[in-house]
Amino acid sequence: MARLNMVQALNSAMDVMLERDQSVIVFGQDIGYFGGVFRCTDGLQRKYGAHRVVDAPIAEGGIVGTSIGMAVNGLRPVAEIQFADYIYPGFDQIVSELAKLRYRTAGDFFAPVTIRTPCGGGIRGGQTHSQSPEGLFTHVNGIKVIMPSNPYDAKGLLINAIEDDDPVIFFEPKRIYNGPFSGYPDAPAQAWNTHPKSEVPEGYYTLPFGRAEIVRPGADVTLLCYGTMVHVAESAATLAEVDAEIIDLRSLVPLDTDTIIESVKKTGRCVITHEATKFGGFGAELAAIVQEQCFYHLEAPVLRVAGWDTPYPHAFEWDYFPGPKRVAAALQEVLEGP
Amino acid sequence: MDLTNATMLRMFEQMTRIREFDERAALLMEQARVHGSVHLYCGEEAIAVGVCEALNQDDYITSTHRGHGHLIAKGGDVERMYAELFAKATGYNGGKGGSMHMAALDLGIIGANGIVAAGLPIGLGVAFASQYQENDRVTVCFFGDGATNEGAFHEAMNMASILKAPMVFVCENNGYGEWSKTESQTSVTDIADRAASYSMPGTIVDGMDIAAVHEAAIEAIARARSGGGPSLLECKTYRFYDHVGRDFGVLQRDPQEIARWRARDPIKLWREELIAQGVFDGKTADEITAAIAASMESAIARAEQAPDPTPEALYTDVYSETQV
Repeated sequence: MARLNMVQALNSAMDVMLERDQSVIVFGQDIGYFGGVFRCTDGLQRKYGAHRVVDAPIAEGGIVGTSIGMAVNGLRPVAEIQFADYIYPGFDQIVSELAKLRYRTAGDFFAPVTIRTPCGGGIRGGQTHSQSPEGLFTHVNGIKVIMPSNPYDAKGLLINAIEDDDPVIFFEPKRIYNGPFSGYPDAPAQAWNTHPKSEVPEGYYTLPFGRAEIVRPGADVTLLCYGTMVHVAESAATLAEVDAEIIDLRSLVPLDTDTIIESVKKTGRCVITHEATKFGGFGAELAAIVQEQCFYHLEAPVLRVAGWDTPYPHAFEWDYFPGPKRVAAALQEVLEGP
Repeated sequence: MDLTNATMLRMFEQMTRIREFDERAALLMEQARVHGSVHLYCGEEAIAVGVCEALNQDDYITSTHRGHGHLIAKGGDVERMYAELFAKATGYNGGKGGSMHMAALDLGIIGANGIVAAGLPIGLGVAFASQYQENDRVTVCFFGDGATNEGAFHEAMNMASILKAPMVFVCENNGYGEWSKTESQTSVTDIADRAASYSMPGTIVDGMDIAAVHEAAIEAIARARSGGGPSLLECKTYRFYDHVGRDFGVLQRDPQEIARWRARDPIKLWREELIAQGVFDGKTADEITAAIAASMESAIARAEQAPDPTPEALYTDVYSETQV
């Protein structure tokens, strides 16, 4: 067992899979010779060669399309899109090809492609380096959508993604690559090495998709979150002095609806938080599921705390970011009323 | 180039098969018997057949929305193709693909594609995998002139060149991107010129002359197979019918333009060539055509009577395991 940050854990997942499976290829812009802008693929090309850790031009549509062809023809590519904000030129290939290939060929063809991409804000990246576009992908049937919140989960889920026969969009919240983030931007930066989830086995292990984790059991309100917001949620529960049950969804598609429903039926209240903008976001789907499945157990409206419905703002980053104060206010509101 | 009589005859039969298939597909669309629309390959048959006759069974192709010709040329079974148009369980993709999305794993047909130029990067990935697996399989990407204005074309050409991918880009320049003239949309007269930007050979060939297409394809495929990297083959051709179906109702092409190209019908030219070479006489050619036409009628009859997919098929194949 080693203490790893999320970058090291992800690197370890790819290392393990490159070692185990000759069909695994790592592919993307700056990932080989350079080792990745966030260093997630550092050293892999030196270890496995340029024919397996393959540098691509800045051509996201080409990267995704080429990965699909590789996968159709027997490989398991792990493609990196350098920022989730850069994924849109590849959106056509993801939506029209990757997600639909299995269905339109009645199962004859499938493409086990994993697309890793760093997402999220709180890094002063402005509007094209801070977005959380997961909701654009959860709306597309035929792909799975994952977002881990810690090094242990990141490695186990990434290995599971690479071995999965379905395409996976694997979002990596870059704000927590190097340490958990409490949501207080002025607090000293934390490292992963004191967090229990930084203990990561060195070898192979997987975490299944479709299983949420209750990171903090509680009786009063269910708080649904994923990625960076898992850590912010913990700060918010402390700040609000509310006995919140915090659920890290980890896997958005497939979604662990059983854990969500069981929790909300127990607590009778639900707050949902994500960094992405609110209108039409993944939180809306979660709220709909909760009202469909738990309506007669609810004692307060389901609330969402999300990014404002604007482009990611350069000037107002910490107003936009759904920090502990905003989440805490929602927790108090569902308990005490507005 | 010396072709055996058997090869020349097969080329005639395959082109005729495509023509007879699509003429009937057009009728079935007009009669609303098939499920949806069809994009007809009539006029362009020499390209699919000339290229695919130069491929091995285990080589790969990617196709387009106008893909029936490519599928037949690569060995597609017409009854299963008609069944797919009828959305039947016996179709190539169980009725879940349709005209624009037919694919056949055992024939190396990665698929027709309803998104213009989308097959090019996918074909590149297939070729990359062949290279990685150190087999000698070649991938051919078919696409139209319109596709060369898509980013996907340029991304795939650039990456294929860098990776020295074992593939051939075959552009069917039929003078129109959907309804608009190529010259109004495209910055070059010859698509082949675009190859220079990607440091690969670009060749222009008469797409109505199957022998010329075949010869150029043999050269490009041999280059790809021997590690010489990709090339671009531009075949100048013409779409006898409209973008969708035979006559969408707003066809505004010059009738004389159509007549000029009709005079160079690739099947007619090849028939004349084979008669001149003594491969067959006109009577035998007519008999071959009639036999193929009759086989289409019986394929249609069987395909139309085939069973529909069961309701369970709606939710299968979204993921590897059915979620609902």
